[in-house]
Amino acid sequence: MDTGGMATGGTATGGTDDQVLADLREVWRMRAFEEKVRELRLAGDAVGSIHLGIGQEAIAVGAAGLVRDEDAVFATYRGHNWAMACGVAPAALFGELLGRATGINGGRGGSAHLTAPAHRFFGENSIVGAGAPIAAGAALAGRFDGSGRVALTVFGDGAMNQGAVHEAMNFAAALNLPVVFVCENNSWSELTPIEEMVRDPRLHRRAAAYGMPGERIDGNDPAVVRERLGAAFAVAREGGGPTLVEAMTARLVGHYIGDAEQYRRPGELDEARRREPVVVLGDRLRAAGVGEDVIDGAERAAREEMERAAAEALAAPLADPANVKEHLYV
Amino acid sequence: MSETAVREVEAGRSVRSLTYGEAVNAALRRCLSELPETLLYGEDVAKPGGVFGVTRGLRRDFGERVFDTPISESAILGSAVGAAMLGRRPIVEIMWVDFSLVAFDQIVNQLANVRYVSRGELAAPVVIRTQQGSAPGACAQHSQSLEAFFLHVPGLRVAMPWTAQDAYDVLVAAVHSDDPVLVIENRTLYTGKQDVMLDGPVQPLGGLRVRREGTDATVVTWGAITARALQAAEALAGRGVSVEVLELPWLNPLPTDEVLASVRRTGRLAVLHEANVTGGFGAEVVARVAGAGVALRRPPLRLGLPDSRVPAAPSLVAGLLPDAERIAAQIEDLTHEN
Repeated sequence: MDTGGMATGGTATGGTDDQVLADLREVWRMRAFEEKVRELRLAGDAVGSIHLGIGQEAIAVGAAGLVRDEDAVFATYRGHNWAMACGVAPAALFGELLGRATGINGGRGGSAHLTAPAHRFFGENSIVGAGAPIAAGAALAGRFDGSGRVALTVFGDGAMNQGAVHEAMNFAAALNLPVVFVCENNSWSELTPIEEMVRDPRLHRRAAAYGMPGERIDGNDPAVVRERLGAAFAVAREGGGPTLVEAMTARLVGHYIGDAEQYRRPGELDEARRREPVVVLGDRLRAAGVGEDVIDGAERAAREEMERAAAEALAAPLADPANVKEHLYV
Repeated sequence: MSETAVREVEAGRSVRSLTYGEAVNAALRRCLSELPETLLYGEDVAKPGGVFGVTRGLRRDFGERVFDTPISESAILGSAVGAAMLGRRPIVEIMWVDFSLVAFDQIVNQLANVRYVSRGELAAPVVIRTQQGSAPGACAQHSQSLEAFFLHVPGLRVAMPWTAQDAYDVLVAAVHSDDPVLVIENRTLYTGKQDVMLDGPVQPLGGLRVRREGTDATVVTWGAITARALQAAEALAGRGVSVEVLELPWLNPLPTDEVLASVRRTGRLAVLHEANVTGGFGAEVVARVAGAGVALRRPPLRLGLPDSRVPAAPSLVAGLLPDAERIAAQIEDLTHEN
């Protein structure tokens, strides 16, 4: 499966105009959510370290329709997009980031440890790479519960250098577990370029060493992601075991809100902004003759939705410290 | 087991003569039988039956729910977390407690947070079986007693059964619990037959064992070194000193009230463990007693490994760990009035 190349929009059709527009709307919902989060963080309403996935939305958008009720998704601290892709209500996410009683975890998780099992979202993880073996366990459970579950675990390029990810990939491969490993390669392992931290930056090629399929895809196009991750889900559902998909993307913002980003190369962000999901999808719609009002409407509707959701969360009571020691034990 | 005498004591229960290791095996067998959601896995546990033979025969009798894994502690523990989130009840083995350190993240950052962060929407009913302690010739990375590391982690239950009966009862209780439980065994205890009652009711977590009643001093101890505490108490009885020995098969939950009641009666406290003294869990026991305002007649005594690495040579180890005579001498000193 490893062609050495990268699956792009040239091999995917991009779907119908309706699908493209739906994708754009979802990208904008995630984008508007996170831009509102940044505003709340800079205003001091939200506190602590918050990691945004602005620019990387197409991967979660492309994956969203592939995840069935019985499946399980495991993300990283850069996981707001994935929580939304799993269907968690934005007001519950804002509430969590704002320390409200109405937050999806009542303030116990925060930005970096969101968990929503009712939505198949088994959590972000603040430890780089730690979700991968946990996802393997979710897949393992499916072997015994008859669910046919596929576990998707997403992590960044930096996590590819974590021992836990290596162990998880070998474990899943050795036991033939239905796991889809998704590496969101935004080229930055936090503040350090991935190509300086590996001998071979073609990370998907490691899959071969585990005896599983691996490929690099365009992670800025939901249609490509849907097709290629769909293939990985199909392999997993058919008993073919795990797959590694390296989705190439760019983080258009810092590692965390407040990151001065002095490490960026000249022109890097300008180049990335020309290829980011909003541009990819907008151009495709324009080429298909869709009007600017419709395209702009996706952004406008998303921003209105997120303003309302944020206001709802801000109006909610703070998490109650009287309950802080509940749920430590049965 | 087939040659051991079996006498029925009441319907559904039997007393068998088993080693500690066989008692663990019997508990695993019972749990695999009565809880279909259980899985049993780890390094060499299935087809080889475990490096100490503790899990022998379980693969044969329970099939693919019992399986061997790569030598990958993060994958073993992490997959247990994920499988438990999704409704399984994994029992995993970490062959030596020292090996847990390469995957501490999965225990401390992952396992212990599942219930709390999800506000009980998720549980992680994982049992981690491991074994620890010093034994002749074991190297520095196969000799440590690390229970205090885990006792610093809210959300995680910790047990260190000493007898074969408790090895059975504690493990059955642990597997039935929806809390994650670390059960620390000790390979020096695996051999030697004891009577073990099987198939009794599932016991609640916690509790302590009064291994010897006494009036002059309370010794709080756990794990294999309990035997030395009892030898010391026996020796001291011959010298007119009456020592109460409390053995704690469960350290979390900690039976604080029972410990306090004993120390209130004796007025003297010694804690004894195989782990290092500094930061050892005995310090927590002392702090609980002090914090409760129990008036001690003498300053409390902490006995354990004297803050050292653990050497391999038996003669070197013997110079570190207090033996029964040294324990007796220090407790006797404790009972002298100023």
